[in-house]
Amino acid sequence: MRTLSPAVKARYFRRQAADLIMSGLCIVAAIIGIIMLALILWMLFSKGLTGLSLDVFTKSMSSTGTGGGLANAIVGSLIQVGIGSMIGAPLGMMVGVYLSEVGKTSPFASVVRFVNDILLSAPSVLIGLFVYQIAVSPFGGFSGIAGALALALLAMPVVARTTEDILRLVPQAYRDGAIALGSRENEVVRKVILPAAFGGILTGILLAVARIAGETAPLIFTSLGNSNWSTDLTKPMASLPIAIYRYAGSPSADLVQLAWTGALLITVGVLLLNVVSRVSLAAVKRGQS
Amino acid sequence: METTAAKSLIGTRKPHLGDTTFHISLYVAGAIVVVVLASILLIMFLGGRQAFETFGVGFIWSTEWNAVTSIYGALPAITGTLITALLAICIAWPIGFGIAFFLTEICPRALRAPLGIAIELLAAIPSIVYGMWGFFVLAPFMAETVQPWLTEVFAWIPPLGDSFFWFSAPPLGVGLMTASLVLAVMILPFIAATTRDVMLSTPQLLKDGAYAMGATRWETLTGVVIPAVRGSLFGAVFLGLGRALGETMAVVFVIGNATRMPDSLYAPSASIASVVANNFPEAETGSIQLAALLGLGFILFVVSFGVLALARLLLRQERMA
Amino acid sequence: MSEPAPQSARRPGLALQAPRTQSAITSPTRISLRQINAFYGPKQALFDVNLEIPDNAVTAFIGASGCGKSTLLRCLNRMNDTIPGARVEGQILMDGVDVNGAEIDPVSVRSRIGMVFQKPSPFPMSIYDNVAYGPRTHKLTKSKADLDELVERSLRRAALWEEAKDRLDKSGLGLSGGQQQRLCIARALAVSPAVILMDEPCSALDPVATAHIEQLIEDLRKHTCIVIVTHSMAQAARISQITAFFNMGQLIETAPTDQLFTAPKVEQTQDYITGRFG
Repeated sequence: MRTLSPAVKARYFRRQAADLIMSGLCIVAAIIGIIMLALILWMLFSKGLTGLSLDVFTKSMSSTGTGGGLANAIVGSLIQVGIGSMIGAPLGMMVGVYLSEVGKTSPFASVVRFVNDILLSAPSVLIGLFVYQIAVSPFGGFSGIAGALALALLAMPVVARTTEDILRLVPQAYRDGAIALGSRENEVVRKVILPAAFGGILTGILLAVARIAGETAPLIFTSLGNSNWSTDLTKPMASLPIAIYRYAGSPSADLVQLAWTGALLITVGVLLLNVVSRVSLAAVKRGQS
Repeated sequence: METTAAKSLIGTRKPHLGDTTFHISLYVAGAIVVVVLASILLIMFLGGRQAFETFGVGFIWSTEWNAVTSIYGALPAITGTLITALLAICIAWPIGFGIAFFLTEICPRALRAPLGIAIELLAAIPSIVYGMWGFFVLAPFMAETVQPWLTEVFAWIPPLGDSFFWFSAPPLGVGLMTASLVLAVMILPFIAATTRDVMLSTPQLLKDGAYAMGATRWETLTGVVIPAVRGSLFGAVFLGLGRALGETMAVVFVIGNATRMPDSLYAPSASIASVVANNFPEAETGSIQLAALLGLGFILFVVSFGVLALARLLLRQERMA
Repeated sequence: MSEPAPQSARRPGLALQAPRTQSAITSPTRISLRQINAFYGPKQALFDVNLEIPDNAVTAFIGASGCGKSTLLRCLNRMNDTIPGARVEGQILMDGVDVNGAEIDPVSVRSRIGMVFQKPSPFPMSIYDNVAYGPRTHKLTKSKADLDELVERSLRRAALWEEAKDRLDKSGLGLSGGQQQRLCIARALAVSPAVILMDEPCSALDPVATAHIEQLIEDLRKHTCIVIVTHSMAQAARISQITAFFNMGQLIETAPTDQLFTAPKVEQTQDYITGRFG
C-alpha cells in the first residue's frame, strides 16, 4: 500500500476545509435570506389578518380617519389592472410574435428585443412621470384611464418577453408542416403556432397581471387615488396600492391597520397569480418537450 | 391541357392582404416598443429642459434643493440613489450568490425546486410591502437597537469616529442605512433567482468533468462554473442594481425624505425616485419644481438605461444562443 | 447497355431485397430539373443538377449525409425560401411552369406539392383537424359534409382510417409514431397534391411501422408522383422505380432502380452501394 505524503494530506485537508467553510457560509447566507423573507411574510400575515373583515370589501375608504374599508380601492385596482392588461397584453403578444416569428435575428428585431428588455426593468416611476406628461397634464387632470395606460406600458414588455420565449419552444416541425401545406405566414402563426403556445402565453399574461397589480409608483402620477367610490375613467380613481401608500403613513391606527390588510390582499393576489401561472407553465413545458 | 390547369393553380406572387396586414401590424407593435422608450427619454428631457436652462449643467452638481427659494440641484438625490443602490447590492449580492450556490449544488435535490420557487415568489411581492416592513419593523429596530450598538462598537476608532461611513450621528432609524437594507432585502430574491438561473445554465458535462477530477463543490464553482458564466453573473448583478436604482416604494418609506447632502449613513436622505414621488403632489404644472423633477427623471433614466443596457449585453450570450 | 455487375461486388444484404424487374418507366415526366445550383449563404450545396422525375412512380434520392439530397427535395416545394440566406438557381419545370421562378408564389407551389418530414409531426390538435387543416386553409370544401368525406378519404388512403375513425376528435399527438407519420401523410393527401415529397419518412420508425409506410407508398404512387429521400439503400431498392445517387452536392447517377443497384455506370455509385464509403 502506498501511503500519502504529509504534504498531499495537508493539501487535501486544506481543500476540504475551504469547501466546507465556503459551503457553510452559503448555507448561512441561504438561511439568513430565507428567515428574513419569512419574517416579512409572517409580519404581513399576522398584521393583515387581524384587520380582515367584511367591511374591507363592502365599504369605501373613509375620509374622516376612522372606519371605512377598501371596496373602492379594490374595484379601482381591478378596473385599471383589467384595462391595462387588455391594452398591454395584445400589444406585448404582437411584439413577441414579431420577435420570434418574423424579425428573428434581423437588426430591427435585435433593437426591439434589446429595448424591450430595458423597458422590462425600467424604473416604473419613470413610466408614471411619462404618462403624466402625455396623458394627464395635456388633458387637464388625473384619470383612471391614465393609470390603466401606465400599467399597460408596464405589462407590455413582460408579455412580449414571455411570448417570445414560449414561441421559441414551439417545435420548428409545426412551422415546417404548416408551410409545406401551403399556409401563408399569418396562417402559420394564427392557426398553428399561437394555438400550440396558447397555454404558455396565457401564463405570461398572468405574470404580467401580477406584476402590474402591485405597482404603486406609476399610479401616483396618473390615477392619483380617490377616497370616494368612482368608476369614472376620466376622473381620479382609487387603487389598492395607492390606498396602502396613503394609509401606511397616516397617524390613525385604524388606517394603518387597513394598509396592512390591503397589503396582505394584494400580496396574496399576486402570489396566487404567480403560483397558478408557474404551475401551468411547467405543465406546458412538460407537454412540449 | 394539364399545363393550363397547373398554371392556374401555381400562381405568381401577388400582395396578399392577410400577410400584409399581419406584417404591418407586427412591425408597428415592434416599433411601438422602440417609440415608447425613445419618447420617455424625449419627454423627460423636454420637461426637464427648464431646469437645465435655469440652473445650467450645475443642476447636476448643485447640492441645494429648496422649494421656498425655488433653487433645485440634483446632487443630493443622485448621491442618495447611488449610495443606497450600491450598498444594497453589496449586501444582497453575497447573500444572493450564497443562496444560488446553495440551491444549485448543496441543497438536497428534493428541496431544490420548492425552495427555488419560493425565492421566485418572493421576488414577485410588490415592493410597497417591503417599504411597509421597513417603515414599521426595521426602522424602529434600527433606531433602538442596531444603530446605538454600531455607534458604541465603532466610536473608539478616533479618526473615523465622525466621518461619513462611521456611526456617530443620532440614530433616527429612517435614513440611508435603513433604506439600503430594505432595498437589499427587496432585491435579494431577485438576485438569488437570476444568479441561480445563470449557474444552472452551465452545462452539466463541464461540472461532471470537474467533479470527476476530484474537485470539491467550491472548486468546481470557482474553477468551472464561474469562468463559464462570468459575464452573465455580472449581468445579474447589474440587473439587480438597475432595480435598486429606480425603486420607489421600498425607499420612500424609510429614507427619511430629506433632500440635502447626507453627512452620515444614519442621515435621512432622498433618492431620485423618492424625491420625485414625494414632491410631485406639490409641483404645479409648468412650475420650475416640476421641471426639476422631470430633469431628475431624465438623469435617472440615463443612469438606469446605462446599467440595464450593460446588464443585457452581459446576459445576452445566453439569450440568442 | 446494362451489364450485370459482378455478383461479388454486391453486398449480401442487398441481394436479399433483389430489385423487382421494372426497368421500363413508361410514365411521362412530371418534374424536370434544369441546372439547379443551391447555396446556403456562401456555401454551395448543389452543383448543376439536371434530373427528370417521372409521374406515377417513386423516385429515390440516396447518398451520404450532407450530399445535398434533402436540399434538392426542399427546392422542389420552395421550402428553402424559408431559410434565411438560402438561394436556389436554375429551373424546376412542373407541367411547363418554372416553379422556381422568382415571380412564382411559393405558397401556390406548396399547395400542389405535399411534403412529409423525417420526424412525425402532427399539429397539436385533433386527428380530424390535422387532416382538415389543408382543405380549410385552401377552402377546398363547401360544406361540413364534404370536409368530413374528404377527411375520411384521406385517412383511408393513408391506411389510418380503421385505427383512427373512433378517435377523430382526440389529439394527433396521442398516436404511435408510425400512426403519426401516416397522419402526416393523410394531412398531405387531403389537399390532393400532384407530387408528394418525403424526407426520410421512416428513419424515426420501427421496422413494422416502416413496412406499413412502404406499402402505403407503393399504393400511392399509382396515382401520384413521389420523391423520397432515404439514407437506406435497401429501402430505395424496395420501393423506388428510379434512383438518383448524390455525392458532395452533385448528382452522380440516375437510373432505373434495379439497374442502378445491379449495374451502376459510375464508379462512385458502385463504391457507395457496395459500402466502400458513406
